[in-house]
Amino acid sequence: MSLLQVCDVVAGYGETEILHSVSITVERGQIVTIIGPNGSGKSTLLKTIFGLIRPKKGQVLLNGEDITGVAPETIVRKGLCYVPQSSNIFPSLSIHENLEMGAFIRTDDFRYRLQEVYDLFPDLVERRNDRAGTLSGGQRQMLAVARALMLDPVMLLLDEPSAGLAPNLAVSVLGKILGINSTGVAILLVEQNAREALKLSSWGYILASGNNQLEDRGENLLKNPEVARLYLGG
Amino acid sequence: MAILQQTARRLPQRWTAGYSVLAGLLILLILAFLSVVKLELIVNGLFLGTILALGAIGLSLVYGINKFAHIAHGDFMTLGAYIALFLLGMLFPSIGLEGIGLGPFTFGYPLLLALPITMLVMAAVAIGLDVGIYRRLRSRGVSAVVMAMTSLGVAIALRGLVQVIWGGGTWQYPRLSKPFYQLPMEVRIPPDNLFIGALALVLVIALYLFLTRTKMGKAMRATSDNMELARVSGINTERVIWWTWGLSAALAATAGILLAIFQAQLLPIMGWRFLIPLFAAVILGGIGNPYGALVGALIIGVSAEVSTQWLTPAYKPAIAFLIMIVTLLFRPRGIFGVRE
Repeated sequence: MSLLQVCDVVAGYGETEILHSVSITVERGQIVTIIGPNGSGKSTLLKTIFGLIRPKKGQVLLNGEDITGVAPETIVRKGLCYVPQSSNIFPSLSIHENLEMGAFIRTDDFRYRLQEVYDLFPDLVERRNDRAGTLSGGQRQMLAVARALMLDPVMLLLDEPSAGLAPNLAVSVLGKILGINSTGVAILLVEQNAREALKLSSWGYILASGNNQLEDRGENLLKNPEVARLYLGG
Repeated sequence: MAILQQTARRLPQRWTAGYSVLAGLLILLILAFLSVVKLELIVNGLFLGTILALGAIGLSLVYGINKFAHIAHGDFMTLGAYIALFLLGMLFPSIGLEGIGLGPFTFGYPLLLALPITMLVMAAVAIGLDVGIYRRLRSRGVSAVVMAMTSLGVAIALRGLVQVIWGGGTWQYPRLSKPFYQLPMEVRIPPDNLFIGALALVLVIALYLFLTRTKMGKAMRATSDNMELARVSGINTERVIWWTWGLSAALAATAGILLAIFQAQLLPIMGWRFLIPLFAAVILGGIGNPYGALVGALIIGVSAEVSTQWLTPAYKPAIAFLIMIVTLLFRPRGIFGVRE
């Protein structure tokens, strides 16, 4: 049984339909990347998986369990965590409090997990008592991912974690993601930085105007001349 | 080193704001010593400010979470004051709980009992209103204007309810007149004001500790920052909204009771009249920032009282309104508002 299965999902905002029919599958421990032009529905897909948008048709299965249209605050208890593209931190809370909010539903002692997360993002330790709103763009993205890791998820949904970052920072964020994956966390990644992301991925999907366009192993997509021309900037 | 630089860069904005408030108070005190302004007005303005603060902090919390202007907040104060009147004037005496003139104060120990009971009842009323009205509108995704207009309706309904039950005339809590404290520089303070100031201070500190030390308090600040991210983190935002209503209504009820003691009378319109000063305090302090609301309330309280040296007291709300307009024109994010 696959970890995450999205079957023929149709979704959108109000009357506007964005996803016409999208299916994807993520296996345990994989990194899967979704690429595609702006407006192809990548973010909408993640929001639909996470219950922020209720799909009109189709099914979302996590570990075989139907989570279609289940509220985010319930889904998060099933080991799936989501990092939105923007507004993904609590700016008026301290860095430490942001991580505490990440662990909100934990009733056990999460100090050990906190230490692990700080070890993964050492930049955050020295700023732990500062307001998160004072962090730089790169640090904000690190904090956003760190918050989602507090629950020890089996899978992370990441919406363009390197958006708006300088190229060297973007690469370092993607490096962190590889590090997180190596601890056994499956990752579904939406990325503008398609070439770098596909290098890390075991599988890749290309979405175009709300439909599945193409899917293959990450390395094969990189080698595919048409994909390179259309989606990887030559 | 990096931390030091960061701190240095961030501080000025907040510090200048804090310094300008201190400087304003200092100028007032100097004027008082030069006998231009009566010190008594400044002191009693601060006490009025603490009452205002209890209302304004709650209003600011509600705005932070619900993102609409809660126009019924003044009438929460009124209803709270009248519920305490029912307890002190009817229920308690009927079971033999009576007493006035506790120590230096006009009221007796039953008030100390009436306060927590009224806070709980008003918290329940506010949560009930959310379940019955606001939540239904919220789930339909109506705009902030519709929510504010709905709360205007609630305000009128609550005031109507008070008038139907208690009539339009004035009432008083059972009280025993007490001599004022006579301090140097012709400052006279009613002893009740010390109780008012102390209770307000205790509640503000308790709220601060709640917001910064408890899980629910932090979740409340997180939800105020970003409700969608709060849900994504697994926070039950509906429960946070209930806590917010409950707390802010309990604070408003306390403000209403303290106002009834401060003015030594209850009127159905007492809370409604307080609405503009409340909003002025919230806007002056930075909308959605409870600590700012506290400072804003003290400034409005002192300004309104000091103005009575030259203007008739009827103009007090006008002073608050003037401060609100000036703030909106020149510093719309308020004294402590931070640009995001």
